Amino acid sequence: MRDGTWNPELPIPMTIREVRQETPAVKRFVLDGSLNAYPGQFVMVWLPGIDEKPFSLMNANPVTLAIAEVGRFTRAMHLLDVGSRLWLRGPFGQGFSLEGRHLLLAAGGYGAAPLVFLARRAREDGRRITVLVAARSREHLLLVEEFRRLGCEVLTCTDDGSDGQPPRLAPLAVEELLQRAAPDALYACGPAGMLDALEALARKYHLSTQLSREAYMRCGIGVCGSCTCGDQLVCRDGPVFRIPG
Amino acid sequence: MAEQLTPHLRVNLCGVPLPNPLVLASGILGTTAELMERVAKNGAGAVTCKSCGPEPRVGHPNPTVLDWGPGLINAVGLANPGIDEAVEILREARRRLQPLGVPLIASVFADSVKGFAEVTRRVCQAEPDLVELNISCPNVEAEFGRPFSLDPEAAAEVTRAARPVCDRPLLVKLSPNVTDVVAIGKAVIAAGADGLTAINTLGPGMIIDIESGWPILANRVGGVSGPAIRPIAVRIVYDLWAHLHVPIIGTGGVTCGRDVIEMIMAGATAVGIGSAVIQDGPAVFSRIAGEVRDFLTSHGYASLNEIRGLAHARRHMES
Ligand SMILES: Cc1cc2nc3c(=O)[nH]c(=O)nc-3n(C[C@H](O)[C@H](O)[C@H](O)COP(=O)(O)OP(=O)(O)OC[C@H]3O[C@@H](n4cnc5c(N)ncnc54)[C@H](O)[C@@H]3O)c2cc1C
Ligand SMILES: Cc1cc2nc3c(=O)[nH]c(=O)nc-3n(C[C@H](O)[C@H](O)[C@H](O)COP(=O)(O)O)c2cc1C
Ligand code: FES
Repeated sequence: MRDGTWNPELPIPMTIREVRQETPAVKRFVLDGSLNAYPGQFVMVWLPGIDEKPFSLMNANPVTLAIAEVGRFTRAMHLLDVGSRLWLRGPFGQGFSLEGRHLLLAAGGYGAAPLVFLARRAREDGRRITVLVAARSREHLLLVEEFRRLGCEVLTCTDDGSDGQPPRLAPLAVEELLQRAAPDALYACGPAGMLDALEALARKYHLSTQLSREAYMRCGIGVCGSCTCGDQLVCRDGPVFRIPG
Repeated sequence: MAEQLTPHLRVNLCGVPLPNPLVLASGILGTTAELMERVAKNGAGAVTCKSCGPEPRVGHPNPTVLDWGPGLINAVGLANPGIDEAVEILREARRRLQPLGVPLIASVFADSVKGFAEVTRRVCQAEPDLVELNISCPNVEAEFGRPFSLDPEAAAEVTRAARPVCDRPLLVKLSPNVTDVVAIGKAVIAAGADGLTAINTLGPGMIIDIESGWPILANRVGGVSGPAIRPIAVRIVYDLWAHLHVPIIGTGGVTCGRDVIEMIMAGATAVGIGSAVIQDGPAVFSRIAGEVRDFLTSHGYASLNEIRGLAHARRHMES
């Protein structure tokens, strides 16, 4: 009833076509279906008898997810192999909107997943993209090659300096890039602390910024009120929130 | 032609003035003060908080809410932060709603009669404008743990316990899942309730995924809401009004101005809106209020008082 019609939005099954270990904690799952979705939107993934949890789309055609193993549900996901089925509701939420000719993307942890989707769309219409991929250490840097293949300029940064660069936290590296490269817009997805710091930077530099945030979700469709961020619902008003430049 | 009137939407619910009849139903968006304020700013005439109980509850695992097309089905499992935190949230909500002129309704539940009295007493410390007893949860003290809402005596007992500790108008929310809802309504009014909210969700129901054979809700069953239940809600409001003539928040499946008018013609004083927020988000309230106003204008009514219970008058004219 979300669109004012009586079309159901029940979970639909998809089969896993490919599983790839991307980092020690993250696996990529390529499914056999597609969705009409924008970068930044998410799906609710249901494993019958286990749970249902939100994940950003890394690609919509075919549906692709990058999932970090952090708890019960994601552990169950990591046990799945080619041929297994999982069920999806969605896509939900407000995704990224493209603006400017030179975009700076900042990915922390599995935040790289929705940003790969965004980078693909932005490259399709010829925009210039600089990506900062951040992680606690080198082996956790996610989807660096994927961004390169899409023609993005990729920089990395690690908390411990194991990528050969000076050890730095992502917001510091982003601030250097803002000063050096003066992008038209900033897009970021990652841990809450990183996003808060980037929000402060966005205000300081008056830079148009879009941040993809997380919250604990139940319905995914804006009824239950469990995903609030101030007076906003992450599932419906977000997960991408804009800070005007 | 008669002079065109500008109708007003104000209603009076148990002595509490509402700027319009549209009430945010319990369990939809009413989790935080900020969110309740946003709903009020988007045109709600009153806001009901998520039902709060004596202790914090995490609720059921996911999936908990599904859109199956003609409505929703949910088994959130009364997830709530417990009365201590709820009182703080309600105080803050009250502070934010008061300047907007939008009353706050505190919804409470418990699994025992004493629990209801205690949670009601505590919730009144936050000074909500009205209190609503959600009696649809099982009575753990009863022999078979049946929900209070299914038995007139159990429903009355809860109401009698809450009444003396509640210094504001008291509503009892009725379940449609009974053979004689009027008997329950009569019992709670006789026990001291000032008004009724009808209805809570229908069911329970079940949705099965036919690819896997699994019932989709983790709780297997859940309450059904949305347009699918509207005719049942309208009939119950009609029956309650016919027998009791008390203020009723008519709730169930309302998604547009036409549905609001229908509820009021059945006898409702105010109209609850829950599942419909998935269509427009909080803006659903201003959209529906506009549709109600348009109906009154185009039909030459000055206020909702002129159509309240109209369906009953039509019945009498027949005979
Ligand atoms: C819009 C959105 C998009 C997401 N996209 C991705 C993605 O692309 N890839 C990915 O791997 N994960 C993503 N997540 C996070 C993912 O939903 C959680 O990691 C997953 O629900 C954890 O489930 P679990 O049962 O494995 O772990 P749990 O046992 O539930 O949790 C493990 C740990 O993670 C914390 N946690 C769990 N969920 C959240 C949350 N929503 N917000 C903050 N902390 C949380 C818990 O507090 C706990 O410490 C996204 C979340 C949201 C809201
Ligand atoms: C997700 C969800 C959660 C609900 N939680 C509560 C609750 O905590 N307390 C309550 O009294 N009713 C609860 N209800 C019932 C609603 O308040 C309302 O009575 C019912 O949904 C019918 O109205 P609707 O068709 O407009 O949604 C809930 C309904 C839904 C859909
Ligand atoms: S998850 Fe239910 S409102 Fe966002």
